[in-house]
Amino acid sequence: MNNVLLEVENLKTYFPVKGGVLKKTTGYVHAVDDISFKVNKQETFALVGESGCGKSTTGRSLLRVIEPTSGKITFRNEDVIRLSKEEMRKKRKDMQLIFQNPYSSLNPRMTVNKLLSEPLRTHFSMSQKEIEEQILWVIDKVGLTKEQLDRYPHQFSGGQRQRISIARAIISKPSFVVADEPVSALDVSIQSQILNLLIELQKDLKLTYIFISHDLNVVRHISNSVAVMYLGRIVETGDTEQIYTSAMHPYTKALLSAVPSKDPLQKKKRIILKGDVPSPVNPPNGCPLNSRCESAMSICKEIRPELADMGNNHHVACHLYKE
Amino acid sequence: MKNIIEILKGIINIIKQLLKDPIGRIGFIGVFIIVLLSIFAPKIAPYDITEMFTKSKLVSPNGEFIFGTDNFGRDVFSRIIYGAKVSLQVGIISVGISATFGYIFGIVAGYFEGVVDSIIMRFMDVLFAFPSILLALFIVSVLGPSLGNTMIAIGIVNTPVFTRTVRASVISVKSMEYITSAKSIGLKPINIILKHITPNILAPFTVQATLALSGAILTEASLSFLGLGIQPPDPSWGSMLSESRKYMERAPWLAIAPAVFIICTILSFNILGDSLRDVLDPKLKL
Repeated sequence: MNNVLLEVENLKTYFPVKGGVLKKTTGYVHAVDDISFKVNKQETFALVGESGCGKSTTGRSLLRVIEPTSGKITFRNEDVIRLSKEEMRKKRKDMQLIFQNPYSSLNPRMTVNKLLSEPLRTHFSMSQKEIEEQILWVIDKVGLTKEQLDRYPHQFSGGQRQRISIARAIISKPSFVVADEPVSALDVSIQSQILNLLIELQKDLKLTYIFISHDLNVVRHISNSVAVMYLGRIVETGDTEQIYTSAMHPYTKALLSAVPSKDPLQKKKRIILKGDVPSPVNPPNGCPLNSRCESAMSICKEIRPELADMGNNHHVACHLYKE
Repeated sequence: MKNIIEILKGIINIIKQLLKDPIGRIGFIGVFIIVLLSIFAPKIAPYDITEMFTKSKLVSPNGEFIFGTDNFGRDVFSRIIYGAKVSLQVGIISVGISATFGYIFGIVAGYFEGVVDSIIMRFMDVLFAFPSILLALFIVSVLGPSLGNTMIAIGIVNTPVFTRTVRASVISVKSMEYITSAKSIGLKPINIILKHITPNILAPFTVQATLALSGAILTEASLSFLGLGIQPPDPSWGSMLSESRKYMERAPWLAIAPAVFIICTILSFNILGDSLRDVLDPKLKL
């Protein structure tokens, strides 16, 4: 069990909904609703799901960029949620976040040099020379050149900006990086470059990733294990190949059937989920998918299925597979 | 020491860029001339500001008195030059006061939100609710009429405007992803405010400052007009303008000279503010 870097237990992040003149709390958005998972060292754990299912909130809650409501996040045998703000701030050099949109995640008024030296000045007392060396090391790693250091973010293309973002995240040599849809804002041709860069960096720097994405092909390419999220909950989790070849949960099956195929002649059977995602303010009783599931039973409307072990690390939260 | 040299280098760099732009050049030179005038007033002014030429009252502009003389026979040109000092002082110091407090209150209210925000903003709303001249009058009459108190009064009156501008910009900048990024990197709140938020709210802030500067010069004029600003016989452009009103038909130059100087000063500052904002924005350089 020593191989686990991060263990999440019963993580919940709710956002209050305020209404009226007096700003009374009238309800909660159940953005992340009681999820648990483990991430092994130097592996990539992917969170997939449609927009609004809570994957980004999960990623940010792990780093406490958004404060989680309750739960336990054990990182290197330490409960991150219990750390004081100041302790958490220091911890951040070991846990970093890569953002989705490289156009808005870099301060437009700072040069690349300043952007990259900032994490170092924050966490280490290094001399100017050491900082420069470290910057040269990191730009070499991410494929930028020395001449580009004095430029501002708007002078770069999307892919280059994402390289700057990545450099900023890894310059403090973290062991754990949450990549929040790092390629979905980029052109397809650039996507693969950035993905390969991430894979390379993982090998070089012994990084552990949480990879958040809605692009299932990308996830299959990069991750070791996958968790499928729906309405703030994990519905199925397991090793990547297991999920892609023998998905069990009806939602996962529907999701996989929507992946575009490489062969235009191949006819695939699409599973179409009817209706809309229920509101996370009033999530349905029982299984979150019960109103849209083809194989819904009467029990699905009453009891929420828990993740059950299907063997080989494969867990599914569905009544269909309960004996 | 090293830091000071670096800051000086930065300032020189900014001035160089200002001078590259023809409009920026106009604003910069205009402000520069006014500053020179007020610094070297005693050397430039041909006569003493209180010296009365009793034989030549209300003389129209001529070779001897470039801008003519007023009803006491004092030289208008000399008084204008001394007035530049007063107007500039009032403008810069009162804007300094309101900008400083407005920045602090605005940042605190915008960054921390919640209860602090409500308290600060309700207080600013109270200040805002009074007509600015009335509030300035009230403050000056409590503190007593003098140049220093006028500057304090104008500074207080303008504070809510700055607070609102800063708070609004802080709230919009705060929601940008690079602020989340700064947090996730582990920056202290003070560094997030100074290094990430402040540079990005500079544009509305400088524009507001130049506008307030012209406003302050005008408010000083109105206060002097009401007898609560600078005390006679010291000249300020505002008080000169208000005194000229009685002789508008017989001696229009009494009104024209200070009015033209007020307009030119305000225009120069506004132009300078505009170009400064452009120079400070890295997106506009390529």
